[in-house]
Amino acid sequence: MGEAIVITSGKGGVGKTTSSANIGTALALQGKKVCLVDTDIGLRNLDVVLGLENRIIYDLVDVAKGQCKLQQALVKDKRFEDQLYLLPAAQSSDKSAVTEEQMKKIVSELKQTFDFIIIDCPAGIEQGFQNAVAGADKAIVVTTPEVSAVRDADRIIGLLEKKPIEPPKLIINRIRTNMVKKGDMLDIDEVTNILAIELIGIIADDEEVIKASNSGEPIVLNPNSKASIAYRNIARRILGESVPLQQLETPPKGMMTKLKKFFGART
Amino acid sequence: MIKTQKVIMKGTKDGLLLLLDDSCSFSELLKELEEKLSGQKNDEDSRSVHVRVHTGNRILTKEQQKEIEKLVHFHHHLHIESIESNVILKEDAERMKQESEIHVVNKVVRSGQILKVMGDLLLIGDVNPGGKVVARGNIFILGALKGIAHAGCDGNEEAVICASNMNPMQLRIADCLNRAPDQDEIRRQESECAYIDENRQIIIDRLAALRSIRPNLNRFMEGGI
Repeated sequence: MGEAIVITSGKGGVGKTTSSANIGTALALQGKKVCLVDTDIGLRNLDVVLGLENRIIYDLVDVAKGQCKLQQALVKDKRFEDQLYLLPAAQSSDKSAVTEEQMKKIVSELKQTFDFIIIDCPAGIEQGFQNAVAGADKAIVVTTPEVSAVRDADRIIGLLEKKPIEPPKLIINRIRTNMVKKGDMLDIDEVTNILAIELIGIIADDEEVIKASNSGEPIVLNPNSKASIAYRNIARRILGESVPLQQLETPPKGMMTKLKKFFGART
Repeated sequence: MIKTQKVIMKGTKDGLLLLLDDSCSFSELLKELEEKLSGQKNDEDSRSVHVRVHTGNRILTKEQQKEIEKLVHFHHHLHIESIESNVILKEDAERMKQESEIHVVNKVVRSGQILKVMGDLLLIGDVNPGGKVVARGNIFILGALKGIAHAGCDGNEEAVICASNMNPMQLRIADCLNRAPDQDEIRRQESECAYIDENRQIIIDRLAALRSIRPNLNRFMEGGI
């Protein structure tokens, strides 16, 4: 029996889809069987980020309406043996084309065969959000260190607390270290203070992510990028490992700092 | 059979006291009240007299109260001051209990959420920006107030708002409103309280000031310390 995790944020453009694609891929790299579900009906993106756009034949709405079998709609990622699948959203319908009951049924069916079902939630708190959350067991809230994104994340957490799921976990995305240092951007403590939920990962702003999304290759497949390591760490934390949070900046490695470290002094 | 009096009239220095029997039927009561009152002189020149009605262990409905008022007010100089009873309805009792209770809530009130209680509110947790807490009584927050707090929402101007960390978007007490300054001033760290001062302005002050400004806040007047 697998578990279903919904990735949500409230605000648009904070990196839900990118996070879904990368967490899913990272879990697949760890040898888990993963199915990504795109619930952003009408504005699907997950297939593009994964580079699977051309292979879509059936979609979520077809499955919900019984126009095809669930197996037929699943798109397999060729980069993996039998690890990663995508259930794409429909592009021509809207959010009301699927009901919460149908989503629950589809997700519970997927849970029979997959270890993880990662549900990419649309922005907003309307029907699309309700659908995405309906079948989920856990939730991950993505935010960026901006006041508006944090405000929306707070609202979403409030809504998630009313659902029969585990307390949500938090990802802070697109942190710009130099801006945080200057005090122009909220730092991690400020965000976690307001939202008061468990932090599961922080991701530095990385141009490589955009490049990777455009080429349809999730960033986790490139092992050298910082964002890639961050996503891999999140996947490991989901699997229950305890991985320390990534250092956002490389501390200066002078003789003095080494010495201080040696003597256990706090810098 | 001894005929008991169903309506007893008593003159006091504050006015007239009408004691109504609670074991007879209401129609009998009305009849006797009318008889008793007819003895009173009824002219517009006489000095007005305040009447207090006590119904014993009987609960009057709104309609019954109106009938009694009609009878009494037929005499121009009589004015009903109050209608009292030894007993109250269960729902009223429930409401009174709710209103006098301190409601302890342990959660974070997040953006878009509204927490409303009938009496005083003791919130263990934060009120995040965009969140709102409303109470008929006082509001005490063990945490940061970053959203909106509305104390004394039914018009109680004596109500106060206290928070461990007072950085509200808006403060409302009764129908007074105060909002945070547009410029981001220094973040407040220590516990503070807000109340309405004599100019009907909401003032934020040190917690210690509360003792002299709202001495009635103390609940445990006897025993103890």
